[in-house]
Amino acid sequence: MKKMLGRKRYVAVFILPALLLFCCFTLIPLFISGFYSLFDYNGIGTMTFVGIKNYIKMFNGDRYFPTAIKNSLLLVAGSVFIQLPVSLILALILAKGVKGEKFFRTVYFLPVVISSMVIGQLWLKMFNSDYGLVNFFIRMFGNKDFDYSWLATPKTAFFTTMVPAIWQYIGYHMLIFYAGIKSIPTDYYEAAQIDGANKRQVNFKITLPLLAPVIKTCVIFAITGSLRAFDLIYVMTGGGPNHASEVPATLMYTNLFRKGLYGYGSAQAFFIVVECLIFTVIVNKLFKKAEENASAI
Amino acid sequence: MTKKKFFHGVRTVILIIIAAAQLFPLYWLFTYSLKGNVEIFSDNIIGLPKVWRWENYTTAFTQTNLVKYFLNSVFYSFFTVVIAGFISAMAAYAIARMEWKLKHVIFGVFALGIMIPAQAALLPLFQILDKTGLKGGYLGLLIPYITGALPMSIMILTGFYRSIPREIEEAACIDGCGIFRCFISIILPIIKSALATASIFTFINTWNELMLANTFVDSEKYRTLPVGIMSFAGQYSTDWGLIGAGMVIATLPTIVIYFMLSNQVQESLVAGAVKG
Repeated sequence: MKKMLGRKRYVAVFILPALLLFCCFTLIPLFISGFYSLFDYNGIGTMTFVGIKNYIKMFNGDRYFPTAIKNSLLLVAGSVFIQLPVSLILALILAKGVKGEKFFRTVYFLPVVISSMVIGQLWLKMFNSDYGLVNFFIRMFGNKDFDYSWLATPKTAFFTTMVPAIWQYIGYHMLIFYAGIKSIPTDYYEAAQIDGANKRQVNFKITLPLLAPVIKTCVIFAITGSLRAFDLIYVMTGGGPNHASEVPATLMYTNLFRKGLYGYGSAQAFFIVVECLIFTVIVNKLFKKAEENASAI
Repeated sequence: MTKKKFFHGVRTVILIIIAAAQLFPLYWLFTYSLKGNVEIFSDNIIGLPKVWRWENYTTAFTQTNLVKYFLNSVFYSFFTVVIAGFISAMAAYAIARMEWKLKHVIFGVFALGIMIPAQAALLPLFQILDKTGLKGGYLGLLIPYITGALPMSIMILTGFYRSIPREIEEAACIDGCGIFRCFISIILPIIKSALATASIFTFINTWNELMLANTFVDSEKYRTLPVGIMSFAGQYSTDWGLIGAGMVIATLPTIVIYFMLSNQVQESLVAGAVKG
């Protein structure tokens, strides 16, 4: 067996299908994207090398990109400071064992398996000014003539798309937290009980510190997911009205496939990748101390 | 003791409110998919349909291309799950079990693949598929889907291979029985549960994928359900009942699978997140 597992020919046969596909259809395209981002290129004409000019243009000469970044950072904030705390609280409650634990877990998770196209279309109708559920409830509890157009007003368009974005993945993070809490050995809790710790002390002194690595994973996931957000916004507003709800990914998509700005669009695509990497490094740094504390418990 | 009761009450109320918030939009989608415009637009926005108009579903099935899109989505999802599952099982086996120098590097490369957002490679991928003549056919979407599913499946399966003792397969695969036969008849059955986990992950992602399907497919013949529903919603924008029916049809397979295998689905998506 050992001998067989060392044979080069077998290794090649087993690894090459995956590796070749991955190289041809992910890695090489990624490098080409990075390459294009250094050129002025529209797909048909000549390519002119412009260095990092495309990257400078994003912040200095693009009317919409700063708004797009601001929006994506708002979504990051919403995910980290609204979605994750809600998920964490739900997980803490459920992991303690309540009646109907499995029912709640299943229900919270349900939106996660639904396509973002359906979620987007559904919430488009939820926020419909005349017949949508949101305005219907507002009319029911007060303002009888309320017909505010959430998605057609630049001021609220992006916030409105944030609602389903946060809503859809609450159950996802809840479940990761839940799995994390369940994997904490019960010895810790028994010891705490003997020492006479109350529930809040147990949560803050044992569960949360030990959960640090899981929280880190969720934070990274929430941040990178928000930075690359596309589907929901594309379906609900398409970046409008008047570009008020653009995010980097929608601008990139328009530049690449509507305007044919291959160089500039690729720079934006690459920017999203770099952004994700930078945030991941920062979050890892921030959590380093928390994780050290966790291993000290 | 009353204080404790009070906190339990608050806890339950929180759980129920959030559960309602998660369920109500879906309930609403289901009810308006069975209503006519008169009900939706005037007197009955929120209640159950007064007349259950199943004809919205009949119309969606017979007078639109929805069936075609549905079958396309089944086709893409099925072959992505099967092919990506098989290829990743082999690759993960090579990484976890075989002896070769570069295995850690290659593993790192696939791990990186989880981090990279799909849109970063969108345009060159479009051009490559165009140049090779694959764009615009079934393969034009199938190949990117299979490729996209590989990193996560390989992560999940490699982790699983490492967690099972080598002795099991070594005892079963006696030297002389070729490695390929051994892989198919011994190894694959051993990793069945991890393969199911990876497959569910792949299925949900493929079934729901929007960006590539919207960009790479021009012809209605190869269109998937999410893109189909999107154009459908534009075309029949005033007929909410019909759009609702289409959306329920698009959602039903994932929901059914979810209810049938909810533990495994939850486990697979957690595995996906924790390894990423």
